[in-house]
Amino acid sequence: MAILVDKDTKLLVQGLTGREGSFHGLRNREYGTDLVAGVTPGKAGQDVEGVPIFDTVEAAVAETGANTAMVFVPPRFAAAAITESADAGVGTIICITEGIPAQDMLRVYNYLQGTESRLIGPNCPGVLSPGKANVGIIPAHFFSEGSVGLLSRSGTLTYQIGNELVQLGVGNSSIVGIGGDPVIGSSFIDVIALFEQDDQTDLIVMVGEIGGDEEERTAEYIDQHVTKPVIAYIAGFTAPEGKRMGHAGAIISGSSGTAQAKAEALEAKGVPVGRNPTEVAKLAAEKVRG
Amino acid sequence: MDLLEYQGKQLFATHGVPVPEGRVAVTPQEAREAAEALGFPVVVKAQVQIGGRGKAGGIKVAKDAAEAEAHAEAILGMDIRGLTVHEVWVEPASDIAAEYYAAVVFDRSAKNILLMLSAAGGMDIEEVAEDQIARVHVNPLVGFAPEDGQRLTSGSGIDDDVADQVVAMMGKLYDAFVALDAMLVEVNPLIVTGDRNVLALDAKVSIDDNALFRQPDVAEMRDPSAEDPQEQMAKERGITYVKLDGEVGILGNGAGLVMSTLDVVAQEGGRPANFLDVGGGAKAEEIVQALEVLLSDKKVRAVLFNIFGGITRCDEVANGILQALDQIDVSVPIVVRLDGTNDEEGRRILAQADAPQLHPAKTMIEAAQLVVELAKDESAVGSRQAGG
Repeated sequence: MAILVDKDTKLLVQGLTGREGSFHGLRNREYGTDLVAGVTPGKAGQDVEGVPIFDTVEAAVAETGANTAMVFVPPRFAAAAITESADAGVGTIICITEGIPAQDMLRVYNYLQGTESRLIGPNCPGVLSPGKANVGIIPAHFFSEGSVGLLSRSGTLTYQIGNELVQLGVGNSSIVGIGGDPVIGSSFIDVIALFEQDDQTDLIVMVGEIGGDEEERTAEYIDQHVTKPVIAYIAGFTAPEGKRMGHAGAIISGSSGTAQAKAEALEAKGVPVGRNPTEVAKLAAEKVRG
Repeated sequence: MDLLEYQGKQLFATHGVPVPEGRVAVTPQEAREAAEALGFPVVVKAQVQIGGRGKAGGIKVAKDAAEAEAHAEAILGMDIRGLTVHEVWVEPASDIAAEYYAAVVFDRSAKNILLMLSAAGGMDIEEVAEDQIARVHVNPLVGFAPEDGQRLTSGSGIDDDVADQVVAMMGKLYDAFVALDAMLVEVNPLIVTGDRNVLALDAKVSIDDNALFRQPDVAEMRDPSAEDPQEQMAKERGITYVKLDGEVGILGNGAGLVMSTLDVVAQEGGRPANFLDVGGGAKAEEIVQALEVLLSDKKVRAVLFNIFGGITRCDEVANGILQALDQIDVSVPIVVRLDGTNDEEGRRILAQADAPQLHPAKTMIEAAQLVVELAKDESAVGSRQAGG
């Protein structure tokens, strides 16, 4: 089954005519994702390697039946791009863009509550369901199909752990980058709920980092609602207070948001926390093999 | 981006939030002139982005021009918890009848804007009991409404006769928060004067860095001299760098991977000198820029370059590193961990190169152990030539 993206995904890319958008959109198509449309205002009628371009998401959906949008537009236009896709009824919106103003995302988050659309990201590497579809910038060649659901606030750290899993002979159902911004469309809890319902997923690996209280809330949720085993990793034990560690959301404010507090909250609810990516992969592999 | 008190007050004034009139001064003479223009008594306040200014002697009342000058003389150049005072703000001393606390906060957890109000102002808000602080969440799509104001004042313990004025100020603070793309707007204390007017006597404002492109007035307030020199150099080059105080320099591709690398180095007994994300990080020019920033910290005794090649291939990164080493003189050992796409080829390129300072490694843990050992050896030797 996998989650979020699969063989039924019909992808439109907002910003397909840009350098990054075309590079990654076409890579996704090469992987086997059904790329049906691009959207760039003012460029209707053009095409990118045979993929038709539309002025609006609405026109693209009407013409191609696209059900998933990947947002690859610059930060100042990204919020409008996300709400445009939601207004056009696109069910899954995956926003790769980094650097969107936080208050724009606050408004977008609240706007989406009144719609049927689900947002992944922003500031994320996208979603890969090995053997089925890839939407985003995750290098798919490391990953193999399997039963571990992987979700993370970080890109390269996800690849690192996924690669170590593959070396131990363990594959993934889906890999979901949820994003490194302070406000993201789907939380750990939202995505873990999908993995819990997914037939292909037997085990969940979550990769968190400093900042906010999502990991603490997730620990509570896992305790109450998740029957599948979960393994965690938290990055940023050595991060100082008040400094943004690369991701806009990775910041310890006062005493809140520390890696220590997150690891303790998860362990208190019976979620093993690996000390480094290698240990996380080992813990997951042991569990999968029983 | 955090603003100084007077910058926050200037922005408040443009958004209709009542603040005392005042002037900024960078010399004792300027402070004297400001005080004479404003009338006595005045308060001379150190402008640094840190709490506890009063306790450190950075806030003083002056009753005449000579005293204002003397206070400014003492405060300018003062060190307050590691920060040097370059500017003072001079404003008329206020007649304070009551001190309240007010804040507008970006609440990432609740996905809303949080307004806070308390009659217990003038002290550290973390020390105020929960039940003395009124909290109201505002949906940014709806905005601040009169009933939000009523809910705030009724739970805050403030005096009834100034409630309307306080609510009006909260509304203005909310508008300023939204208009300025703020992450935090805090007024502590918000005062009631003897003649029952309200004023923002302090201002703590933090603006979203991602929104500076549309906040040109705020962006201009940035003061490079107040920042750490290495962090400043990194910012000018568009590099994400955070300075720490250890001796193992660390760089890699991707924020999460670099954070994790810091942790693994610490687990192996080393002390990270910094966080540095090179992003894509394959090109020689990018690597030169990053290494120069990292090595400008003279405490660095060994470097760990941690690359996980995804779409970027490890052989490209290896070639980039070799070209970078041709361009700058690096005298400390560099452990390069290459894993991911074309990693074997990348490590082969490094091993074959004639670069004695390079130490290729395969896994993160191996690399961390090696760099910690090398940093210790280097410190045993005691000195090194400055790199970069």
